[in-house]
Amino acid sequence: MSAPCTVRLPIFEGPLDLLLHLIKKNEVQITDIPIATITDQYLAMLEELPELNLDGAGEYLVMAATLMYIKSRMLLPQTGEDEEAEEDPRAELVQQLVEYQRFREVAVALGERNVLYRDVFAGPGEPAAPGSDDGEPPVRDASLGDLLDALRDVLQRLRPPRAHDIQREGLSIWECVSRILAGFVLSPRREFASLFTPEADRAEVIVIFLALLELIRVGVLRARQAERFGAIALELAVATVEEAAARVRDLGRNEWRGGEEGHGDGRVGDR
Amino acid sequence: METAELVIGSENGNGSVNGAATPAGDLGRLPALVESLLFAAGRPVPISQLVEALDGPSRAEVLRALEHLTAVYERGGRGLRVVQVAGGWQLRTPAEHAPWVRRLLHERPPRLSRPTLETLAVVAYRQPCTRLEIEAVRGVDAEAVLTTLIERRLVRIVGRKEAPGRPLLYATTRDFLEVFGLPDLNALPPLRDLGDGAALLAATELEVAPEGVEVTRAPGEDV
Repeated sequence: MSAPCTVRLPIFEGPLDLLLHLIKKNEVQITDIPIATITDQYLAMLEELPELNLDGAGEYLVMAATLMYIKSRMLLPQTGEDEEAEEDPRAELVQQLVEYQRFREVAVALGERNVLYRDVFAGPGEPAAPGSDDGEPPVRDASLGDLLDALRDVLQRLRPPRAHDIQREGLSIWECVSRILAGFVLSPRREFASLFTPEADRAEVIVIFLALLELIRVGVLRARQAERFGAIALELAVATVEEAAARVRDLGRNEWRGGEEGHGDGRVGDR
Repeated sequence: METAELVIGSENGNGSVNGAATPAGDLGRLPALVESLLFAAGRPVPISQLVEALDGPSRAEVLRALEHLTAVYERGGRGLRVVQVAGGWQLRTPAEHAPWVRRLLHERPPRLSRPTLETLAVVAYRQPCTRLEIEAVRGVDAEAVLTTLIERRLVRIVGRKEAPGRPLLYATTRDFLEVFGLPDLNALPPLRDLGDGAALLAATELEVAPEGVEVTRAPGEDV
């Protein structure tokens, strides 16, 4: 049944993509797919595409099963009793195809836009200005996503690791917590970026970041952001550093096990 | 430090890019000043920041200066364009000069594969959305593509959905707007109306007719 088709081996982006290809090739309506023909051609294509990687193959096989199921339902005589039987068994698939088609179109439209650093160029530009200096309060709490964005910035600016990295003394989350809090003795607000020294290595940056997350979680620090994608400011959520430290000791000791001795799980320096 | 003061309408536009293009008239040297600011900033500058830096001219005047500049660059056949992008204004090279600029910079243009663009499209219109929602549209696993998009800072995690498993929610970034030259999310190319199967099929050959279609989009970020 499957007509011999010359396959130019286009790369398909999944079963829906392959189905749309077949629908177009057969010049049929997406809303009225000749399911038997399309199923046969689909299965034939699967055999002709040995290059399918194994990860993707599962998705293609699920679609093959769906097609065969729809085909079998189309073959069943309509009893007319059951109201649900009136529904076209292809409806769901059609819906899915139409939906995918819409996004495929806008994806193409996006790709045809003037893409920065491909079609158009702009000056390098200064990084966005940090929050205003006039003491104006930032407007909202930074989300975990915002913090992760800021962390990514810091990690990107790290110096590349030296060829022979000397093992550093491990740094515990507990130590970082104390260190971060100590920074608030002088000023009630700090820039997120100021937590990280230029010499910090990747592991250090991550421990400091984890310590910061803990401090935010237990409610002694707040991360505030004036505008989305703007600089993140950290501020004490309690009155004084002493109060913060006391709260951290109470809440944290059990959870961070290692405590001030810091031999516990918090150590990551030698990993 | 010297304080610069700008008086609108008192000077002739002798600092203007191309005096012959449009009568800057009462704007004086405001367009030229705005041009300097855009050049020095590099990144897209919101009009509010221009107004703040200029300290004097009204928002409406700055906007007129920007429009004047845009026209001057456009008509003057110059090597730059003033574009509105990611909530601000920016000087960019025109697309037709890309081959030469690329050769000078020795930069490999960013690669935008079909999976990348399709995934981005779903995130852009459906944001904030989960990985499952993306996979439901494309019919394939989205994890690897999402990871790449996050690394390229085109997509970010904005939170978790209050649903079983509390899946992560993804949204596009400001970099996304910058890379695709979009002033904001409302400027995304329109998404065709559902249900028009025949028309969709006719358009399978990847031509997009932007008119007469409805944009359906989840409430996105306001950048």
